[in-house]
Amino acid sequence: MGAARGARGRGVIWEVFRQERQGQPFQHGGSLEAPDLVFAEAYAREFYGRRGESFALWIVPRESVEEVREPYVADVFDRDYRRVDGYSLKVKLKEARERAGTSEPR
Amino acid sequence: MNEAEFEAYVQDGGQVEAGDAMPEDYRKALVKFIEMHGNSELMGVLPEREWILRAPTLQRKLALTSKVQDEVGHAQLIYRVVEDLGKPREACLDDLVAGKTKFHNVFHYPTKTWGDVGVIAWLVDAAAIISQKALLKCSYAPYARIMKKICWEESFHILHGRDVILTMMNGTDEQRELVQEALNRWWGPLMQFHGNPIPAENDPMYRWRIKSQANEEARQQFLDGYVPQIWELGLTVPDSKLEKGKDGVWAYSEPDWDELKRVVTGHGPETERRLGFRQASREETAWVRRAVLADAA
Amino acid sequence: MSAQELLSLADDELILGWRNSEWTGIAPFLEEDVAFSSIAQTEIGHARAWYELAAKELDTDADSLAFDREPDEYLCAPLVEMRMAGDWARTIARHWLYETADRIRIQVLLNSIDREVAGLAEKIDREETYHRMHAEMWAERLRDEPAFRKAVDELWPYALGVLPEGQRPLLCEAVEREEGKAIERRGHTEELRPLWEEMTTVRRSVPGASW
Repeated sequence: MGAARGARGRGVIWEVFRQERQGQPFQHGGSLEAPDLVFAEAYAREFYGRRGESFALWIVPRESVEEVREPYVADVFDRDYRRVDGYSLKVKLKEARERAGTSEPR
Repeated sequence: MNEAEFEAYVQDGGQVEAGDAMPEDYRKALVKFIEMHGNSELMGVLPEREWILRAPTLQRKLALTSKVQDEVGHAQLIYRVVEDLGKPREACLDDLVAGKTKFHNVFHYPTKTWGDVGVIAWLVDAAAIISQKALLKCSYAPYARIMKKICWEESFHILHGRDVILTMMNGTDEQRELVQEALNRWWGPLMQFHGNPIPAENDPMYRWRIKSQANEEARQQFLDGYVPQIWELGLTVPDSKLEKGKDGVWAYSEPDWDELKRVVTGHGPETERRLGFRQASREETAWVRRAVLADAA
Repeated sequence: MSAQELLSLADDELILGWRNSEWTGIAPFLEEDVAFSSIAQTEIGHARAWYELAAKELDTDADSLAFDREPDEYLCAPLVEMRMAGDWARTIARHWLYETADRIRIQVLLNSIDREVAGLAEKIDREETYHRMHAEMWAERLRDEPAFRKAVDELWPYALGVLPEGQRPLLCEAVEREEGKAIERRGHTEELRPLWEEMTTVRRSVPGASW
């Protein structure tokens, strides 16, 4: 999450997440530099709220955010039971209807 | 990925994040381009802030302060992106005041009247937005993302500019004269703003999808959008050759590319004074940064 | 509430907002630049609201009151007239002292028998929450800086002069200082006239025009 990690001898970098409307997921809005949480909050409010464009904000120090790059190694063995295309019901349903003498519902 | 694979990747629409491996030339080109944008937002503040103090109504004072505030905010967003690419903000500011890095031509010129305030917000911002919209497709994702917020905020500036101009054009002869006179002075820099036409094929900025719009394309878009707006108000453009051809392409007098080069390399009418002012302000407040940012948790 | 009292409030906010807006573009760092600019805008917005109330009483409009009076006719406190652009310690000292004083007078106005005044005071009070937080945040940060303490000492008599005599003890209590002699509202500093001239230059260039 950026080249400038670790000791910087400067202010802390804070990531700001914003919720555009009530109930929606929080999305990353940007980052800012501030000496502490009190300042970070004041600035986050300004940058991501002065036009009323955010319903709520989360502020997190960058060091607290763990980046997970390759979320899941799931393509080595086929795991079709976890996917929609792993289930083919059409053929079986046709066979079941034929046996029961029923037809496809209109 | 080697460099050829990387080029194919971005040309195919692939996006790059801050922590990704990237060719060193790509990273350098990004820093240079994005840094110039940040410098421009920051320097653009100076010609306008003088007029905050002189705005003739409370509404205009608020709108102009808000516009300038947005530009400072844009500089913040942009320099953060540059910092995450490896160049700290203070290093950018050092290079800016030392004249080592550039900023857009329009911010090297004086603002002489309230007419300039209107023309800048209406036309200079319009020219800038055209370029900025093209950057929404930049292969470097952190930059493309902040462009979204920047473009949204810029839309308010154009409304403000148009409102200022229309009010003056509907006012007195003196006010109309202020607008025409400002337009006469700003037309040259506006035509130079998008840069001289260069073929995209050889330009690494296009190959890497940092830029996705050619200079001439941007200028044509500007003329197409704004010359009709200018003419419909009864204003004249100081270029007798300006004309839309039957093929839809605007013809115009060749902009002064020498002037553009002179100005962006630091020889504009206001360059030295404004950089000096920036440096003086930085020096006056250096103690604050030391006191507040240096001992951060 | 008299038009004169309304104009005092409005003039304080206008001139202070104007002074604070001088920091736009040159604040100590970019994040603070944006924050402080909002404070300046809010102040001008509050000035406009007070002018609009006064304008009703005086049968005029807010812009005329804000711009078209002679410098001597303004009723602002000397504290807000001083130019402090470039000096962050003094700026924050004034910001903190003024916000503390302003809060005291707003609390009084919340109980005004004039419903319009009380209503406006309530709206202003809500917005001012952020100003106060910002001022406290900075005052806390700069508490040990000699330049800040010196500025507070120097501006203290001016801060007292912002409030009517009866409210000054509350200010002393809020900042934990002894009262002392105040610099009263009568008269202006020599800074007001050049400020007014620059502020009204465009407006006076085409008198009566719409902008």
